[in-house]
Amino acid sequence: MNLRTGTWWKTALGLLLTAIMLFPVYWMLNVSFTRDQDMRKSSPDLFPADPTFAGYRAVLDDQLPYLATSLVIGLGTVVLTVALAAPAGYALAKLRPRGAGVFSFLFLVAQMIPGIIMAMGFYAIYLQLGLLQSVPGLIVADSTLAVPFGVLIFTAFMSGIPGELLQAAQVDGARALRTFWSIVLPMSRNAIVTVSLFSFLWSWSDFVFASTLAGGGAHEPITLGIYHYIGNNNQQWNAIMATAVVASLPATVILVLAQRYVAAGVTAGAVKD
Amino acid sequence: MNRTTHPPGHRRVPHRKGAAPAAAPAPGRTPARRRPASQQWAAWGFLAPVTLYLVLFYAYPLYRNIDLSLRNYTVRSFVQGNAPFTGLDNFRTVFDDPTFAPALLHTVVFTVVCLVFQYTIGLALAVFFNQNFRLSATLRGLFLVPWLLPLIVSASTWSWMLNSDSGIVNAALGMVGIGPVNWLTSPDWSLTSVIIANTWVGVPFNLVVLYSGLQSIPTSLYEAAALDGANAWQRFWRITFPLLRPVSAITLLLGLVYTLKVFDTIWIMTKGGPADSSTTFATWSYQLGFGSLLPAFGPGAAVGNLLVVTALVFGLLYVRVQRKQALS
Repeated sequence: MNLRTGTWWKTALGLLLTAIMLFPVYWMLNVSFTRDQDMRKSSPDLFPADPTFAGYRAVLDDQLPYLATSLVIGLGTVVLTVALAAPAGYALAKLRPRGAGVFSFLFLVAQMIPGIIMAMGFYAIYLQLGLLQSVPGLIVADSTLAVPFGVLIFTAFMSGIPGELLQAAQVDGARALRTFWSIVLPMSRNAIVTVSLFSFLWSWSDFVFASTLAGGGAHEPITLGIYHYIGNNNQQWNAIMATAVVASLPATVILVLAQRYVAAGVTAGAVKD
Repeated sequence: MNRTTHPPGHRRVPHRKGAAPAAAPAPGRTPARRRPASQQWAAWGFLAPVTLYLVLFYAYPLYRNIDLSLRNYTVRSFVQGNAPFTGLDNFRTVFDDPTFAPALLHTVVFTVVCLVFQYTIGLALAVFFNQNFRLSATLRGLFLVPWLLPLIVSASTWSWMLNSDSGIVNAALGMVGIGPVNWLTSPDWSLTSVIIANTWVGVPFNLVVLYSGLQSIPTSLYEAAALDGANAWQRFWRITFPLLRPVSAITLLLGLVYTLKVFDTIWIMTKGGPADSSTTFATWSYQLGFGSLLPAFGPGAAVGNLLVVTALVFGLLYVRVQRKQALS
């Protein structure tokens, strides 16, 4: 594992492996530009020689409301998740109440409950409350994907804030809430970014809650937009794949702009440093 | 009061005397206990919203799910909420269902095969990318793409790639003389298809976690082994693999819990079909509860609860392993 003996063939092999891994992503792009009449060829074109934008025009015509709904739900989920998880992380990391261990344990376990089970419970509750097919209902359901993760991230991050800083503030008479608001929260920017990114992505990508709690309603997210597309017009795969490309944009943007936060989020909880 | 936090110790006496009356409006608490108690109150103040949230949006849905599985619900009584209590009848229905045995088998096969391939490929890639060649960090970042894409995107892309007539996979197989495979429409291949797609989604997670595990193995060990004349293969089996065992255990257990609950990929690609040939507990539960015009909420919830119990067993095992590692 010598650090500086990188040779060209390793880079070449790395490029080849990445190309294989990302081939489905390329294929999605390729098909999104393929004309209808070229779609059913027995040997598909590897490159859209006669690109068409019909698929993307279909996205503009059909999918904008779905995209807007997903955006609203995603942002709502981010706000709710951070608002719930950041104070909890502060309490568990710095104020250490009795029973903090139980809490951390509960959050770890909560992450393991299959979404489909939560969906069935939410369905029963929302049916009675009349919250089915509503945006706030879906925001709350989607936030359950991210809140336990958020608490764990905030707890881990805030534990690293030196205690002297907080104590100095308290000697000055600052109260816990002000300490939290004006010291802990600004210092936790990285954790806020990580939690926000993941809660947005998970909410944006959610299909289980969308199909059980929002199906058939006036406000359906983009995952259902694609799903209906697959069901309804089985022929127009360029439109389906164009929608898929657009639905992948947040993930791509986030990966390009904030790769280190993403990698930090993936390993958080799984590996101790 | 619950917004006030006092630091433990380190306070000058005059300061404390001056601050005490203003900061202690709560009656019935002696000065000696005030500081830890007020910190407790503050802590619970900060935890109150999330506690309420856990009760309302985790505990209550789970409770409703258990309740669903113990009553004989019909569409009417589902709305009115007066279904008769039937004990374990729904579970008996589920166990006697002809779908039970295949669903169990598919769940086990799907989970085990996905885990084996995800872990093996992820580990091989982690070892490869650990060699810090030019562009390695960028390429490793690109490997995260499949994991970040919405599952509806990856599942529908794979559906089209595996299409019997116009899919790229069959076109490529045709070039080497292998006849068209009905990936998604033949009962013999549907499970394989969803395993391929799910493995593709899961490799990045394994790569990233195992890579971060590799980073913590000191390079001096490899240098010493190289001096002793160990080749790359020996270095892997004698150093990397044994030292990576704790991280491997965590990765596999977490992967197990995640794979058990995979629903989106299978449902979008095959809906569990054809003829239940790719049905797992997760898709079966959904099929029973939401997949037909005559929903069987009770049995659906029963299947779901079996899944929860399985996930929790392995989840607790994961917590145990992680605790043990944190202590050592």
